[in-house]
Amino acid sequence: MLKRIFTQLNISAQCRRYGFSLWRCPQFLFLVMGGVIALTSIVSYLIGTRYITDPKMVSLIILVINTILFIIAFVMTQSFERLAEVSRMKSEFINIISHQLRSPLTNIKWTFELLTSKEIEMPSGKVEEYLNNVKENIARMVELIDNLLIISKIEQGTFPVLKKETSLENLIKKQVSRYKVFAEASHIELNFYPQKNLPEVFTDPSLLKLVVENLIDNAIRYTKGGGKVKIDLERREKDLFFKIKDSGVGIPKKEQGYIFQKFFRAENILKERTKGSGLGLYVCKSIIEKLGGKIWFESKEGKGTIFYFTLPIK
Amino acid sequence: MKKILFIEDESVLQKALGDILKQKGYEMISALNGEIGFNLAKAEKPDLILLDLVLPKMHGFEVLKKLKEESETKEIPVIVLTNLERMEDVGQAVKLGAAAYLVKAQYTIEEVMEKIKKAIGE
Repeated sequence: MLKRIFTQLNISAQCRRYGFSLWRCPQFLFLVMGGVIALTSIVSYLIGTRYITDPKMVSLIILVINTILFIIAFVMTQSFERLAEVSRMKSEFINIISHQLRSPLTNIKWTFELLTSKEIEMPSGKVEEYLNNVKENIARMVELIDNLLIISKIEQGTFPVLKKETSLENLIKKQVSRYKVFAEASHIELNFYPQKNLPEVFTDPSLLKLVVENLIDNAIRYTKGGGKVKIDLERREKDLFFKIKDSGVGIPKKEQGYIFQKFFRAENILKERTKGSGLGLYVCKSIIEKLGGKIWFESKEGKGTIFYFTLPIK
Repeated sequence: MKKILFIEDESVLQKALGDILKQKGYEMISALNGEIGFNLAKAEKPDLILLDLVLPKMHGFEVLKKLKEESETKEIPVIVLTNLERMEDVGQAVKLGAAAYLVKAQYTIEEVMEKIKKAIGE
């Protein structure tokens, strides 16, 4: 009965949309408070007429009721505060996103203007360089938008997972050979050591590809001036166990707790590069958890980082 | 020859604007982070500074603040050239003494050139 009223008022759907659990959601709390007030009016009337000979009892009951109402009102105020915080975060999100999207867009716009301008003479050797710039920045935008769409789907809970028998080993091999050129250009030795006879896993290969890509890309990008990136894959009981170790800049200790948060970028990285989106590891964690695995890391600033994830085989 | 300092971490933009400035007869010096940018401004005393805000090492606002504090650089006009568009940022730039605030994605190079000419007084 109560549930039907709720569905009719559509309260639980509204609360979900705000990202609140029922007991922290203002609409629901208002309803509860209304209920408590109505109920207590009736009860105190009944008690009041019956126990009129014992005023102490009546005032005690009123005291208890008031306390309950006070607690509900307090929780409600807090939930309003959270609502305001969510709205503030949303506008901050839009601010960051528009900046991140505009950067490659400006690169494309200005380069294209140079390529097509009649006024400006383009030295013939430069045309190729400019076209490459356009290509790279289009890829940057596509990647960012892909990440954003995944995040939006994760947050709305409409995240499609298409599982099939997948060889994680082959998937990693493919990415490793794709990244080989990029690694060599940065003087980084990129190696993959899979255990023999690994089983296939029942999982979503296209999502997993995003995770592997992100982790390899980070490992190479944050290992400056040469070094090693080593990937291991082995079976551990009912899971496949993935490990990627770099000899890079590492994550400062005080920032390690934030590393999987949306838009978070470590201070030591921000000092060198402002171009990352801060979305990669958030996407990785969301995907791995959605696929039933776990992801974590160990890191020492200046020494390097190891990222691990596990995936259930079945 | 007028000298312009461009503090910007996107090397693509450095190249694009640099090529044009050269063709139009300006000298361009570039800095890929805020710290180098500030030091170059002091050493080279350019006629104009184009300043991005989201920069490695030192944020654009800090660069601007320091430029306006130093007696040798405080007279140099600074155009903020960024992709941030919040009112707070525009207000902050003006308060710190920027000559103009341009949102990169909304301008063509041609239009940026117009603003440069105007700021330099040509």
